[in-house]
Amino acid sequence: MATKTVEFAVGRNPELGEQGGVSYAPLHPVDMPEPDLGSEHMLLNIGPQHPATHGVLRLVCELDGETVLKVIPHIGYLHSGFEKLGEYRTWNQIVPLTDRMDYLAPLIYNCAYVMSVEKLMGIEVTERCKVVRVIMMELDRIFGHLLWLGTTAIDVGAFTPFLYAFQQREKIYTLHEALTGARITTSATRVGGMMADIPEGWAEAVRDFANGLPATLDEVNNLLTTNAIHLGRTQDIGIISAEDAINYGFTGPNLRASGVPYDVRKDRPYYDYETYDFDVPLGEHGDCYDRYLVRMEEMVQSLRILHQALDRLPGGPINVEDPRVSLPSKTDCMNDMESMIHHFKLITEGIQAPVGDSWFSVEASKGELGMYVVSDGGSKPVRWRIRPPSFVNLSVIPKLAEGHLMSDLIMINASLDIVLGEIDR
Amino acid sequence: MSDDSASGSNAFEGVESGPLPSDAAPAARAGGAGSEAHPSIPALIERFGDAVLHHEVTAGDQVSVIVDAGRVREILEWLKTHADQHYEFLSDLTAVDFGGGRPLQVVYQLWSLAHRRNLRVKAELPLSGLQIDSVEPLWKTADWLEREVYDLFGIEFVGHPDLRRILMPENYAEGHPLRKDFPLRGRFSRAEQTRRALSPNVEDFYTPLEMELGREPQTIELPTRGAGAATPAED
Repeated sequence: MATKTVEFAVGRNPELGEQGGVSYAPLHPVDMPEPDLGSEHMLLNIGPQHPATHGVLRLVCELDGETVLKVIPHIGYLHSGFEKLGEYRTWNQIVPLTDRMDYLAPLIYNCAYVMSVEKLMGIEVTERCKVVRVIMMELDRIFGHLLWLGTTAIDVGAFTPFLYAFQQREKIYTLHEALTGARITTSATRVGGMMADIPEGWAEAVRDFANGLPATLDEVNNLLTTNAIHLGRTQDIGIISAEDAINYGFTGPNLRASGVPYDVRKDRPYYDYETYDFDVPLGEHGDCYDRYLVRMEEMVQSLRILHQALDRLPGGPINVEDPRVSLPSKTDCMNDMESMIHHFKLITEGIQAPVGDSWFSVEASKGELGMYVVSDGGSKPVRWRIRPPSFVNLSVIPKLAEGHLMSDLIMINASLDIVLGEIDR
Repeated sequence: MSDDSASGSNAFEGVESGPLPSDAAPAARAGGAGSEAHPSIPALIERFGDAVLHHEVTAGDQVSVIVDAGRVREILEWLKTHADQHYEFLSDLTAVDFGGGRPLQVVYQLWSLAHRRNLRVKAELPLSGLQIDSVEPLWKTADWLEREVYDLFGIEFVGHPDLRRILMPENYAEGHPLRKDFPLRGRFSRAEQTRRALSPNVEDFYTPLEMELGREPQTIELPTRGAGAATPAED
């Protein structure tokens, strides 16, 4: 597997040196006995409405002074029962539910859901559709990482990267709008293809964006990567070993920051990812800084994939010619009784998936996103299960934060890159 | 499609009753051609014999094995630790309710990082005995995933250290939402649901553990990385 280790030539735990450069000086622990202040422990409730929890997350903390002794996360404030709702909707009607979960990278969710249904039905989408979906997914990986970058930087006091990142995100919003008509709730995919083919000039617009992003990433790199304040706030904070990361179910950049080379795009390739030339960035220490480095490098790698996908974008139809899922043309419907009936049945009853179950996972921006669909042969699923990567990643926060300072808890929470929409569903 | 349209009196009647269970079996019960290609199946049958009830192939190449619910912990431990299996990654843990009084399925999605293989393990629980051994001691991932299944399906995981609701509120008393007999809009009236959501009781928002926090001082060691990595890099 092509991997790339992300490690910058800066010491761990640095401080500003005499000439303003980065030099090594331990920030903690101070080698002296803890003075006994005789104070009581404090129960602190953070959230659910708090900007640093990145959504409606509530953390109940037990504090000894400023040190976090125990964190108990409470989730469910955004619970909408999407899985239950899905059991009352036809296979294609579920697509609009999917992009409301990870609203920071909605196209990945759209794709992952229809891929699981296509797997169950045994549908192979067209070559053009595959490449278009790869472009969509890589675009939204950058989309998700840029939000993480901006909000995480702001959590540790750096305001400028937030503005740079959101300027670029705005361009992706425009691309979403050109592709689907919506900026966040995209609902771009259908079982067997797409809502519509990409509009004219869209591929060139993606290329323009991909050419413009590296300059922004460089600027953010200059601001954060060797910034002493950023280093002090992220290095050695929230460390998790590779073994623990696997046991706790970490996936995505969080897992790779601990040095485990697991990427669904490489290990269980879908949509010909094995033919794209890209590296999987790996961290070494599994702390917040390595998670930052891995995500920054992932954006660069996503740009590589974007360029390759745009180069190979083939012509031809975007939707499969499969009578189980594709509508007959309007001309056929008007001239041919069978086509008319077929159209009517597909619209009124919805498509029918065969009896069975299928599990399909993709590499989303937050980690491994799994979709598990169970069908009894009808037009609605018996069970539609989402394995949300953030849900599992967030469950580790009590282990990561215990023993750290209160302000580090904010950084650890930010570095996990959670989105409460998919955690609560 | 169903008798939704026949009962014109209440527009939500069809919604309340839930999707109609089909008479078809949950899945084809015979092992297909692909199952022999999966090396874990013969090994499981050889090791555990009767505890492996049957296996099936769905969606073309996905192998599921249905095991005895009473021995699921033992089987998963063997699958996790045995050198030839090494499924050290629990991707997902969930449950499926097929409705119509049929047993609930607990579904484990396993992934082996070393062998790059996945395997789906299922255990069926009758509605009269919704208890199964927790796998939280094997995988910490299962902590929240089992809590979610308990919350939404009402399956009790024996041996779980902290089995309480996770997505629904602590004081939720309407049952387990993802069960097929649970109506889409909940069991209580809208007014009652709102009244409960605005409950003034502290106990509804803090767990008993949290109410006890801060009473007894305790110490926790700060995690440290291995020595050696902490040396400064030379330019």
